[in-house]
Amino acid sequence: MKNLKVLKNGLIDENPTFVQLLGMCPTLAVTTSVINALGMGLSATFVLIFSNIVISLLRKCIPSKIRIASYVVIIATFVSVIEMLLKAYIPSLSKSLGVFIPLIVVNCIILARAESFASQNKVIPSAVDGLGMGLGFTFALCVLGSVRELLGNGTIFNIAIFGESFKPALIFILSPGAFITLGVILGIKNAISMRKEAKNNG
Amino acid sequence: MDKGLFALAIMGIFTQNFIMVKFMGICPFLGVSKKVETAFGMGMAVMFVMVVASFLTYLTQTFILVPLNAEYLQTLSFILVIAGLVQFVEMFLAKTMPALYNSLGIYLPLITTNCAVLGVALLNIELELNLLGSVWYAFCASIGFTLSIVLFAGIRERLENADIPEFLKGFPIALITAGLMSIAFLGFSGLSF
Repeated sequence: MKNLKVLKNGLIDENPTFVQLLGMCPTLAVTTSVINALGMGLSATFVLIFSNIVISLLRKCIPSKIRIASYVVIIATFVSVIEMLLKAYIPSLSKSLGVFIPLIVVNCIILARAESFASQNKVIPSAVDGLGMGLGFTFALCVLGSVRELLGNGTIFNIAIFGESFKPALIFILSPGAFITLGVILGIKNAISMRKEAKNNG
Repeated sequence: MDKGLFALAIMGIFTQNFIMVKFMGICPFLGVSKKVETAFGMGMAVMFVMVVASFLTYLTQTFILVPLNAEYLQTLSFILVIAGLVQFVEMFLAKTMPALYNSLGIYLPLITTNCAVLGVALLNIELELNLLGSVWYAFCASIGFTLSIVLFAGIRERLENADIPEFLKGFPIALITAGLMSIAFLGFSGLSF
């Protein structure tokens, strides 16, 4: 029951992208299509789960003075693993994500979870927290990726959604589209929560 | 290396601007861009670390990883070099230049997790730049970083007093502003050569 709560926490209540605004670089850079977004999200989830497990196992052995450096080494190890796995088995995805795969190392979500959750909790909750945060990240990336792919290319998962006459707005795939789409999504989220609050208050 | 130094400079500052086009270093870009002075301080700190880090990572790559056939350790060793460098710079500044240290103080540890630094180190290898090219490209890319973070801070100072719809206040309007700036930077893409 408690684990379920931890999972929901990562997915919705403390969604790393929409609520905590962490890990913005990959969020904006790789969401040109849903497939890229999914690939990035799942890679980060993998790293999050395993780094959380290892850090939680070692939480009593790591001296607090050098903890950040130790976390970075542990995270970098799993990033190298996923980097090599992607290169070997899904070369096309590895190519389209490019430099952002090794850059998972400096994704603040992972370090933030290590510092604020895994270093203080037992192994199983830490793994669940990694899963929840990772899926929350993946979910946010997919929302952003589908809006951008739909508007910028007229497709989702490379399947055309609109008829022939649809002229895609290329700007949504280019860099300005990333900023504007995320800004508008956050605005909508704020508007909804404000309306809810106003209703609760009277 | 098939690109001249001038071409690298244009690429680093305008056409491949780290923040606006490549999306590296967005966290400090959104986090510390509320005031022009702090944005400038962050830019300078990043510039210093990026230049030294690309120098060191180039040496690591050429003299340690390639001879040992251990290129797969690139990510791991680069982040260690950067983390060590940031730590060292922090201690060095604290001892010798306390005034500068106090003005940059809070930003320095943040730079370790700034993807622009690791990003430029990895891009140098990807672009197959030599030592001079790597350092020069890092310098120009960090000028581009500083340019966009300072410009953005200027706009945000104005936004504070602007009449914005309640639900867009804070991050949403900042992101939309960044999007509009990014359109301006797209205009430079015609310069690429």
